[in-house]
Parts: sequence; C-alpha cells; structure tokens
Amino acid sequence: MRSKILMACLPILLSVTAGNALATPYPSTYAPLPSEPTLITHATILTGTGERLDDASLLMSGGKISFVGAGQAPGGVTTIDAGGRWVTPGLIDVHSHLGVYGSPGVKAHSDGNEMTSPVTPNVWAEHSIWPQDPGFSRALAGGVTSLQILPGSGNLIGGRGVTLKNVYSNSYQGMKFPGAPHGLKMACGENPKRVYGERKQMPSTRMGNMASYRAQWIAAQKYIDDWAAYEKKSADGKDDATPPTRDLKLETLAGVLNGEIIVHMHCYRADEMVTILDMAAEFGYTVGTFHHGVEAYKIADTLAENNVCGALWADWWGFKMEAYDGIQENIALVDRPPGGCAIVHSDSSEGIQRLNQEAAKAMTRGQLAGMDIPPERAIRWLTANAAKSLGIQDRTGTLEPGKMADVVIWNGNPFSVYAKAGQVYIDGALVYDRDNPALQPVSDFELGQLQGVSQ
Amino acid sequence: MKTSKVISTLLVACIALPVFTAQAQTIMIRGATVHTMGADGTLADTDVFISDGVVQRIGRDLPVPQDIYVFEAEGKPLTPGLFAGISGIGIGEVSAVEESVDDGLALTEMRPEFDVIPAYNPNSSLVPIVRIEGFSYTLLGADAQGTIFGGQGSMVRLDGEFGSFFGDPVLFINVGRDASSLSGGSRAGQWMLLNQAMNEADSPPASTETALLTRAGRGTLSRYANGGKVVFNVDRASDILEVLKFARSYDLEAVIAGGTEAWMVAKQLADANVPVLLDPLINLPYNFDNLGARLDNAALLAAANVTIAISGAGSHNAARQRQMAGNAVAYGLEHQAGLAALTINPARIFGVADQQGRIKQDLPANLVLWSGDPLEVTSVAERVIINGKLIPMESRQTRLRDRYLPENPEMPRAYIKP
Repeated sequence: MRSKILMACLPILLSVTAGNALATPYPSTYAPLPSEPTLITHATILTGTGERLDDASLLMSGGKISFVGAGQAPGGVTTIDAGGRWVTPGLIDVHSHLGVYGSPGVKAHSDGNEMTSPVTPNVWAEHSIWPQDPGFSRALAGGVTSLQILPGSGNLIGGRGVTLKNVYSNSYQGMKFPGAPHGLKMACGENPKRVYGERKQMPSTRMGNMASYRAQWIAAQKYIDDWAAYEKKSADGKDDATPPTRDLKLETLAGVLNGEIIVHMHCYRADEMVTILDMAAEFGYTVGTFHHGVEAYKIADTLAENNVCGALWADWWGFKMEAYDGIQENIALVDRPPGGCAIVHSDSSEGIQRLNQEAAKAMTRGQLAGMDIPPERAIRWLTANAAKSLGIQDRTGTLEPGKMADVVIWNGNPFSVYAKAGQVYIDGALVYDRDNPALQPVSDFELGQLQGVSQ
Repeated sequence: MKTSKVISTLLVACIALPVFTAQAQTIMIRGATVHTMGADGTLADTDVFISDGVVQRIGRDLPVPQDIYVFEAEGKPLTPGLFAGISGIGIGEVSAVEESVDDGLALTEMRPEFDVIPAYNPNSSLVPIVRIEGFSYTLLGADAQGTIFGGQGSMVRLDGEFGSFFGDPVLFINVGRDASSLSGGSRAGQWMLLNQAMNEADSPPASTETALLTRAGRGTLSRYANGGKVVFNVDRASDILEVLKFARSYDLEAVIAGGTEAWMVAKQLADANVPVLLDPLINLPYNFDNLGARLDNAALLAAANVTIAISGAGSHNAARQRQMAGNAVAYGLEHQAGLAALTINPARIFGVADQQGRIKQDLPANLVLWSGDPLEVTSVAERVIINGKLIPMESRQTRLRDRYLPENPEMPRAYIKP
C-alpha cells in the first residue's frame, strides 16, 4: 500500500526538485584528465563480469573502454605489452573516510561524525572533505579509482555520503563522480546507543534506535505528502497554496523514500540486519548495502533474497561486542547464494590501499571451506559489486565496451601480498605510474615536509 | 597433505577424535622445506622428529618409529612458530567491553611495577584463534593509560596452558605524541619525569611528598637499570634519538616499538645495537610524529643492520602479522629477513631464542607447516606444534564457520555443534 502511494508521489516530488534552483547543488566539476587512446596487449584480464581472459587485449579511447578480448588490435595507438601481467577494473571502495578523517588525524581534521544529535540526515560528508588528504594518493597506488566517502557511525542517521573519482583537485567538486547518487549513512547497534546513552539521551538501547528511525520515516512521509498537497493545490490554481518550509533533514529522507538516495547501513549483528529489512518494508524503501556486517554470513540467504549487498572485511573482529562473531569466511559465505552481493570494503586509510590483499584472504578462506571461488569471481567483490552498491554499475566497475576506462595494470596476480598496482587509469587517463615518479601525485600537506627528504 | 599409510589407522582415529592431551607427542614431519632460521639455513626435503616437546632430530630420511603422528610435507615450508607481536592476547577479550580488558592501568600515579601477568587467561578465545594461524608466542604488553609508564609484560607461549610465561620481564614506556597528555602536555616533560623517576630508583627522595614512585616502583626501575629490557613506544626520529640517550644514561636495553621514522636514524640505532619492532603497513602521516612513514622502513633498517621484528597487528587480528611481513618484503626486504622478523629476530631481541624462533635440535618444538609461502596472504598454517604439542586446528571461529557452512538445515543452527 504504502509503496504505491509513494510511487504516486514520485513524479510530483521530482518536479518540485526540478523546479528548484538548487536541483543539483554543489555540482560535480570533475573532468577527465588528458588521455590518449591506449591499447594493452597480452594481458590476463579479469573483466569484473566474472570472466577471465588470457592473453587478451583492452583498448581505451575517448576515456571509455572500446574493446576487450582476444582479436585483432587496431594500430596507431599507444600500446602497452602487458606480457601476461594482470589487468582489472579500477578498484572501488564503498566505505571510506578519506578527507573527512584526513591524515594527520588531528582534532582539526575530525570532520566525519556530527555527534551533536543522533539524527543528522541534513549533513553531507562532501562538505567535510579535505581534498589534500594524503590518503587519496595512497589509495590510488593501491588501484582505487572510485570511492564513497561516508559520515561516521556515531549517529543513527549520519548524513549523506558522496562518491568520488580518485583524482586530486582543489575542491571536492572536482573529484565528485558525475551523476552518482548520494548515499545515506545510517548506523545500527552499539555506536549510536553508546554515544547518546552516555549522555542520558535517546537512544540508549537498540529498541531506542528503532523507535528513533521510525519517527524519522514517519516525518519524511508527511513531508512528501505536504509537498504533494501543495503541488496539487498549486496546479489547481488555488490562491492559498503555500509551499511547505524546506527541511534539509526531511529532504534527504524523502530522497531515500523516493528511491533517489541509496541507504548504506552500518550494521554488525544478523538479527539487527533482519529488523532493519523489516523497517525498510514498513516504510517502502530499500536498503542498498549493509556495511561491516560481521555476522552477515548468518543471514546470507536473506541478504541475497532482498537484493542487499554486504560490504565486509576479510578478518577484522572482536573490537566490540557486536563484532565478536567474526569469521574469515564471511565474505565468501555472503557471496555463496544465487544473487549474493559481497563487497570488500576498507573503512580505513590503510585497508583501502590493500583491498586486493583483503580479497585474496577472503577468497582463500572460501576455497578452503569448499567454495569454488576463482580470481575472476573474487574480483567482483571490489569492482562490479561495489559499483552496484554505489549505483554506478552502468558506468564503471567492469571492463566492458562503453564503460569508463577505469583500469589497473598489476605487476602480477593481484591476489597476492606481493602484488602492486603498476599503472592506474581513470577515464582513460594514466593518473598513477609506479615506474614514473612524475605520475605519482603528492598532496599539498606532504610537499616539503621533513626538509624535503620524505617520500 | 598426505599422511603415511603405515600409521593411517592411528591418524584417522586422531582426526575423528580430536582429543589432544596436554602431553607432548611424538611427531615426524617428513620432506619439508625447513626454515631453521639458524646457522643451518633452509633445508630442502628434510625430516624433523619431535618427542618430549623437543626437536630431537633434523635430517633426511629419518627412521619412522611405529605409532606416531607422521605428516608428509611434500616440500611445503616448515618454519618456527611465529611471533604475534606485542599484544593483549589473553588479557583482553572484547576491546570495547572494558571489564574484559586488563592490558593497562589507568591510575594517574606512576606504577612501573604494574605487571599484566596475573591477568593472563589462557582460556581466552583469542589464544586458539591466533595460534591456528601459525603463531606460537606473543609479548604481552602493558599499555600506558594513566602515566608514561605502561608497566611490565612478558613473553607467553600460546599453548593454552596456565603460566606459560618465559623470558625476562619487559618494561613498557610511552614517549612522544601519545604520551604528551600524560606528562603535562609536553614531550619535554616526559624526559623530565622519566629522569626524575630513574633518579628516585637510584636514591629515594627524602620526603615522600615529592616522590613519583612507590617503593615497589623504585625497586622495579632499579632492576631494569642494570641491563633490563625496556620497550619504548615512539615514532618520531628526534624522539628515538632521545630514547637512545636516555637508555645509555641508565644502562637500559632499549627496544623501539613503532619507529615509523626509525629509517631516518638507522645508523644511530645500528651503532647503539637497538632493535625496532615495526608495522610495515604504516605509510601515512597519521600524526606529526610520523610524517616520515614509508613502506620501505623495514627494508631500509635491515639494510643498515638494525634488527627488526614485526609488531602492531594487535590482539584479535594478530594473524595479520604475516601480511605485514609480506608487505615489507614487497617493498624491498629480503624474503628470509621478512621471515626472520617474525621468528628468530623477536626471539633474539627478547633473549628467548632457546625457546622460540628457530628450528634446532634439542630446542623446544615450536613449528608450523604451511600450505605455501608463509608470508603470502593465500597461504595458511596447516599444522601447528607448540612446545611439542600438536595444536587442534580449531577455535571459536572455526566452530562458528562449521555451524553456518551447511545450507538450509532443518533445525535451528543452535543444534549444530561442530
């Protein structure tokens, strides 16, 4: 019932937004860096679609992938003989705090958690991003070409996340992935109830968490209804038609209910994830991805049936009670059911540099537990599945003609501790080259430190 | 791995009934690539015979007695049990559950006599979880919470026994950024207070009103002042040089832990014969003490003849120590040096090389048989032997895994008790 009403509201709300001067505020100013048509030959290609191509070629031109496979390569373009080296889609981290918790991690850089109220859907992580965080350069050297920057998990509703292309710019707008939907960071469990419980404030319990979210969805529904009523009156030419007051919090939540904003839900315990799915059904929205999900393996079937991804770690566990049941097969088990959507995420400026190693560990544990997980399957965890989670799967995350040429050439099999990203392309532009210091970006912060001897 | 047919009956019985006694067993590992981490180097296709908790023989084609455990290694690597770094394994169960964590003293008076040993619980879930990943020992650390003195810790063997401590006690001191809030807001204040404390240990103050230490604390520090092992948690190059000066003044055997800028003072460390325990993954300026963090810190230190060991993966994820060493190798450290940084080096640094860190005849048998390169993320420990005991490859994590591996069980999984 509810979802039908919402569907009916959708065009109206969209027209409201469209008629607003702030329809796409803080727009992306990202433009691909200069590129030239480039052909990679004799590569071992993991396409991200589940395929592995041996001794294959990949052509990038106009910032897009124009050819992948065996076959006749066109002449007259810059050609790189990979000599059997491995090529994958650029890696995507769906959970990063680069820029909002930049390095150095001083108080002045602590911009990721607006813990002054448990419900802050009005804040946008992008407004905290410090584009000079040295962490972006390290992630790039690890093969990361796109990443979502999220608010922290101190709040029940933490605010909007933003997806970036991993290029340096003087503004985050210059990094913003064009057209990527916003995410909404929400959090279950211990963090919000600890933060606010210690202040003798709601929520101090898990049931308090739930009551608080539900109140917000009810308010968001009313906000949608109020706008719809105003639109109708206005369309009917009623003189007393006055628009509701614009509310940044409710605007974000309405964006979730009308399907424009993807929910990224920090949740560890299996039972809580199931409860959250019920809440989404109650209010007619969908959860895009559960993040951290240390117990996701316990409900892998439920996640797959609901088309929800699990963005997970290979082995982190035990740092709090809700992370006590962590197992190393978590990612592989979430990947197991038909439709399972497992993602390797970092939540860490260290982990984002080694997503391939984390995937290698998870792949190994899955194989040892009897699951058939070749590299061409596991690579999806940090490419195609991550792109799906962020709503950018039609543009990046796989090596298919027409997709953005976000590509990594590795020095060997990426599922190894010794593997290094050699060359990283974003939209066809070579933005990192391990063999060429001139193509290794350095943030303003690091420039000239330590009497110039660093790095 | 194949097992010898001669004794297959016994092996099947052992596998079916994983009841392991506290007693050491008689075990033969055949045809391994044995990384002795000692003068014998790496031995191809070699057998290791273990009984009474000790490596009895190392050689080729050793005779196989009846009714013993035999493992055919088929050339796979056999290494000493690995070092889990400075950790709180067994003295902390869930980090955020305060009452389950005992690795630090939050008192604001200086209590260097604090010792974490009585808090150690071998029944912690972390002990099996970490050891089945190939780790046979760790250094229990005392974490400075209230003052710049963390207190004392000890080496412990991860055999799950009560009282498996070995080696001399180790004192922990925090200096640099982490400790400035514990010393009046200035790192210069740390040296003022540390010097005052050392002087008190030497000659107690006339009036207790100005004393920093208790009588026990003075006793503790005076014991270390005669060549005791002191771990300094410190990163910045200039602070490391201050540590060297301080250690020289009081005849302390300093060990640097952290040391992200140690490469900048590698020569001074080598000259002073001061080793470094480091996390080779740190390559970001997380704070102003490690602007010089870089991935080849380990390689640069080793090249300058500084003894290095891996530490910093923490307690729950201590198994990441292997990955850390592998990354150091990826960034220039020799592979064998990477292995040494997890085995013989930490054992030598803390004076326990007769217990851990190498495979040698007549020494306690702490061994791991690997599926492949021990530093590779796609390798796993297949067999772990601690003090001559075959460790069951089980933990709370493997039991959770085995509970949830079966698909669509009829009854709730609470009835699946692997």
